Amino acid sequence: MQFGVFTIGDITPDPHTGKAPSEHQRIKDTVKIAKHAEQAGFEVFATGQHHNPPFVAPGNPPVLLAYLAAQTENLILSTATTLITTMDPVRLAEDYAYLQHLADGRVDLTMGRGNTGPVYPWFGKDIRQGIPLAVENYNLLYRLWREEEVDWEGRFRTPLQQFTATPRPLDDVPPFVWHGSIRSPEIAEQAAYYGDGFFHNNIFWNKEHVIQMVRLYRQRYEYYGHGKAHQAYVALGGQAFMREKSQDAWNEFRPYFDNAPVYGHGPSMEDFTKMTPLTVGSPQQVIERTLEFRDWVGDYQRQMFLIDHAGLPTKTVLEQIDLFGEKVLPVLREEFAKNRPDDVPEAPTHEFLKARKAAGNAPIAGGGQGSQAFLDREKAKAKETESN
Amino acid sequence: METAYESTDPFTPDTRHVAVIAAGLSDPSSTSMLAKQLSQATADALAQRGYRPVIHHFELREVATDIADSMVTFSRSEKLSAMINEVEQADTIIAVSPVFKASYSGLFKSFWDLIENDALIGVPVQLGATGGSPRHSLVIDNAMRPLFSYLRMRVMPTGVYAATEDWGSANGGQDTQDAESNEAYLSRRIAHAGDELADVTARLDPRPRRAPSQPKDLEVIPFDQLLNGTDQ
Repeated sequence: MQFGVFTIGDITPDPHTGKAPSEHQRIKDTVKIAKHAEQAGFEVFATGQHHNPPFVAPGNPPVLLAYLAAQTENLILSTATTLITTMDPVRLAEDYAYLQHLADGRVDLTMGRGNTGPVYPWFGKDIRQGIPLAVENYNLLYRLWREEEVDWEGRFRTPLQQFTATPRPLDDVPPFVWHGSIRSPEIAEQAAYYGDGFFHNNIFWNKEHVIQMVRLYRQRYEYYGHGKAHQAYVALGGQAFMREKSQDAWNEFRPYFDNAPVYGHGPSMEDFTKMTPLTVGSPQQVIERTLEFRDWVGDYQRQMFLIDHAGLPTKTVLEQIDLFGEKVLPVLREEFAKNRPDDVPEAPTHEFLKARKAAGNAPIAGGGQGSQAFLDREKAKAKETESN
Repeated sequence: METAYESTDPFTPDTRHVAVIAAGLSDPSSTSMLAKQLSQATADALAQRGYRPVIHHFELREVATDIADSMVTFSRSEKLSAMINEVEQADTIIAVSPVFKASYSGLFKSFWDLIENDALIGVPVQLGATGGSPRHSLVIDNAMRPLFSYLRMRVMPTGVYAATEDWGSANGGQDTQDAESNEAYLSRRIAHAGDELADVTARLDPRPRRAPSQPKDLEVIPFDQLLNGTDQ
């Protein structure tokens, strides 16, 4: 089980002072937070991608992640999320493969469509084509990382002929990809089709969405023959604020919650903590809540936490990371390991993917021989021949 | 709130679930009163046809802040989720709003905004509205009908509008030269609406139901079709 910190890089005024950090300060603090997360025992740091204020998450995450690769030893560098809809898959192939080399394989990605509608036209794309863009772009990216020379033609970019994306992925093993979506079944289906991972941000929504989407992804993962449903790769988000004493956490976090972007000025913190996975309380309460996630989705591979947001001072964020490291993560690791079947895989690392490829076990997109998907395709073909 | 008609076995094939949405703001409210009369008329008409009506009566005022919260975040309270769940799987629906500023109330619209676009395709709906004056009676046809057409529901031809004077007037119900009083006319119209809705509901198969604890299964388009653009 991996634990990580993810950031959206929001610049939000601290409600106590009314002052927001400068962009420079927030960007430098993001680096501090990532490094601190590694020291505290987190395995993963993931950054969002943003193109509009009040966010300073990078427009091109590899810029930040490459810097972090040089500043950290073991941290896996990831995204939450990479905008597969508006970015050119050729640039994604190049930038992330380059990052993979710099980081010696400590890289994976989470694909998302983004939740900011206006971004689409800024990059010459049509928001009504969100799903088709995610489908076509990722298919091209997938091929660029796996085929030396690509001939390609699609709807959304110029055709490619005998195109080679450089550099080639490290050891010819592309970074692992998670596909993130809150409630589009197409994206869960996409993740399952390729044998990739599925990420649910699990922050603003009721658990029903998380359960439905993960269940669909797991069923289809098995359908495409990549393994049993319970062996599919699932990552979840979550958010928490804690102090030793629960009441202290409530008192301290409330002004930040009430003014936070996205959910501030909406439901009360009492209601929101009931309706969504947000946990405010003692480390023990955060542990108990997080362990519930497994009841929703089954044994899973990666748990990410949103910690640095809503205008919390960096000092507080670092304290939160320490509390996670000292009080929460050790217990979670122990508890998540209990009753976990041996055939549930860990989150993929570069070394794992390398070995899997060498053993000839890399997933076959759409399902290889022996999968139900393969059988269904054969059946459909036979039927077509018959009717001709 | 369920009526005495509640079936002992909700899975019997002759059970029909009627979801009633009343957007009145006060308690008691004339909107709620009209909704209850419409649901009673529908229940009676269904019972006459050999069906067991189960009425699920919902007052939007009880979830007004939940609806607002749900609009500005993505989260839903348990109470609101349960309500939406019941509406989305109802066999037939009765929707009643007060008239505010030449249309249905904002609360009424906000509730329907939370319903999935394709959740209620083909489901019969009976419309009702209440107002202070009979001059607003076209709100049903000009404002409410398009909303439910958008949801591709079977909107009943008869809409029931009740103005203040229809509930009982100062001069013994004889506001007009007609032989029939306003109250009698309203009752007759409500009974007619109930008959109409029961007729259509009875002709349709009951819709599948799931336990509240059982999340909806998501439908999926096989990825080959998405990839080849053959899904449209």
